[in-house]
Amino acid sequence: MKLAAKLEDLTKHYVLKSETVRALRGVSFDIPEGDYVAIMGPSGSGKSTLLNLLGCLDRPTSGAMYLGDANVATMNDNQLSYTRATRIGFVFQSYNLIQQLTVVENIEVPLYYQGRLNKRDRARCLELAEMVGLQDRLSHRPAQLSGGQQQRVAIARSLVNDPYFILADEPTGNLDTATADEILRLFENLNQLGKTIIMVTHEDEVSRHAKRIIRLRDGLIQTDERKENRTVLN
Amino acid sequence: MLWFRTWRLGIKSLLLHPMRTALTVLGIFIGVAGVISLLAIGEGISQEAQRQIEGLGADNIMVRSVKPLNLPEAAASSFILPYGLLREDYALLVETIPTIKSALPIREMRRMVRYADHTIEGRVVGCTPEYADVTRLYIERGHFISDADVKMSQNHCVLAAQVVERLFPYEDPLGRRVFLQEHKDYYTVVGICRDRPPTAAIGGSLDAQDFSNDVYIPISTMRKRIGDTVVMSSGGSREGETVELNQITLRIDSIDNVQKTAELVEQMLEKNHGKLKDTAVIVPLELLEQARRTKVMFMVIMGLIASVTLVVGGIGIMNIMLATVTERTREIGVRRALGARRSDIVRQFLVETIAMSVLGGLVGVGFGLLCPLAVDTARAIVKSVAPDLIAGLPEIMRDVTPIIVPLSIPFAFCISVLIGVMFGLYPAYRAAQMDPIEALRHE
Repeated sequence: MKLAAKLEDLTKHYVLKSETVRALRGVSFDIPEGDYVAIMGPSGSGKSTLLNLLGCLDRPTSGAMYLGDANVATMNDNQLSYTRATRIGFVFQSYNLIQQLTVVENIEVPLYYQGRLNKRDRARCLELAEMVGLQDRLSHRPAQLSGGQQQRVAIARSLVNDPYFILADEPTGNLDTATADEILRLFENLNQLGKTIIMVTHEDEVSRHAKRIIRLRDGLIQTDERKENRTVLN
Repeated sequence: MLWFRTWRLGIKSLLLHPMRTALTVLGIFIGVAGVISLLAIGEGISQEAQRQIEGLGADNIMVRSVKPLNLPEAAASSFILPYGLLREDYALLVETIPTIKSALPIREMRRMVRYADHTIEGRVVGCTPEYADVTRLYIERGHFISDADVKMSQNHCVLAAQVVERLFPYEDPLGRRVFLQEHKDYYTVVGICRDRPPTAAIGGSLDAQDFSNDVYIPISTMRKRIGDTVVMSSGGSREGETVELNQITLRIDSIDNVQKTAELVEQMLEKNHGKLKDTAVIVPLELLEQARRTKVMFMVIMGLIASVTLVVGGIGIMNIMLATVTERTREIGVRRALGARRSDIVRQFLVETIAMSVLGGLVGVGFGLLCPLAVDTARAIVKSVAPDLIAGLPEIMRDVTPIIVPLSIPFAFCISVLIGVMFGLYPAYRAAQMDPIEALRHE
């Protein structure tokens, strides 16, 4: 099976004054294409560090991480930027839309940083907006949208570059239960369409929708289990 | 296309905070408008000062006849000595040197002037109508020697104020006739000069001149009625000289050309007069130097003020951009996460500062061009509110007309954009150097 990402003995140390914090102490796992993974763990477990590494926002201290054939660990800053623009779809807890841009323009941003934007791309952005149900809000600004709607825009944005995986950081953390369910349903649909989803969360409510749960503790993988009976929202 | 989007995005970001953007633009605007109008006012004052220096004769070259010291044999034996400038020299100079704006032939001599029973020793000056203009002579009543007077060789004269006082204590001189004793000749008074103090000697190049006993007559009349040859009897012996012109005053088109023209004149005269050193070219060196110094001084002062204003505007931009960068840390993080390179971030912030400084620059140029109007309005207002204040100002300030220096427009504009870029670079660099993880976490 083709892999969306492959992590090999990944470590990350932070040097704080005299002390070295070993946030990740050797983490290895594969993420096959089409997987739906929840990464869980208490605070201090290395969850955020792992998220940053998966998102190519940071480089590991040692070990390797492959996205396709490319080893992220050896990339320079510009290459990391390009990888983020082309291979990764980010969804954040606080949506992180750009305030001065409209819905469509927000969806376009990753393409803009890939250095391309043609008519076909514009059409694709409109398609994605329609897919997340915002076809009649195209020229609204983020401030004019509800939290749920903003998160939908963010999801559309994360899909526009056809990434290897969607990396969602507490995507429902700021939403009420009903809206959270809507968003999770959207993820479910996307996964059924073959999209790989990696979700970082500390809520069991959320993680039970995933196909696989990786639990971290003190910078190491505590458990990595596939679930037989998960909650599927339709 | 993407380039266009960068700009559109930059402008959108600026419009997100219209007040802040407007204030920043205002900084550059004041800088540019300030530079243009300060330079315009400076240029106005400077030109006025230059004019005043010119009034002292800085743009004049005087070519004088000088009695030669080493007399040629033939001349020494004769008791009438011919020397000095010739009418031919005058014609040659006027025709061949293009930088000469006007040339003024002068022939002068001391003569007894009489009216009724009053007699004075006056300086009779044969001249052309331009004389009044070149020597800044103002007519109180009547008119100066006219072209017609010269053409027809009229027996007309114009009197200096003091001559009038002494010859006509009780009468109106206009239309009366004064008598030149030596030549038994009458001249009708057609004009009276305003009282004019003698000029002081300026440095070594210009002698003090006293105009108080002047009687001006057309130069053509002088030639016909009096002639070139003057014979004086002193102490029993008779001595004579033939001089066609005593002086040619050349007015040069600009102060910058004075020195060069003088050299040219000297060369041409040397050719005509050979070894006989009977002419001298006098250049108002001190005045030229003063004019140059004044100009440089104004340029330096205005340049200083201008650069301070622009730097202040630039610092304004930097302040705002630094604040903007801090405030938009989150956005920078998001953009980095979505694939923006460092250079993309730099470009984005630079575009914003450039947009602001270009806008400020354009508006500033517009307002700068209105400066002459603004100065007039301000003067009118101050005049009506506080007339004493205006009256107390030196003349040069009271009457100043700003003159837009054409070069100041592209200069101010380019500098403003340059300053926008320079002061925008640091905040943009700061933004780009941010750790995307930290930036994303920023609240």
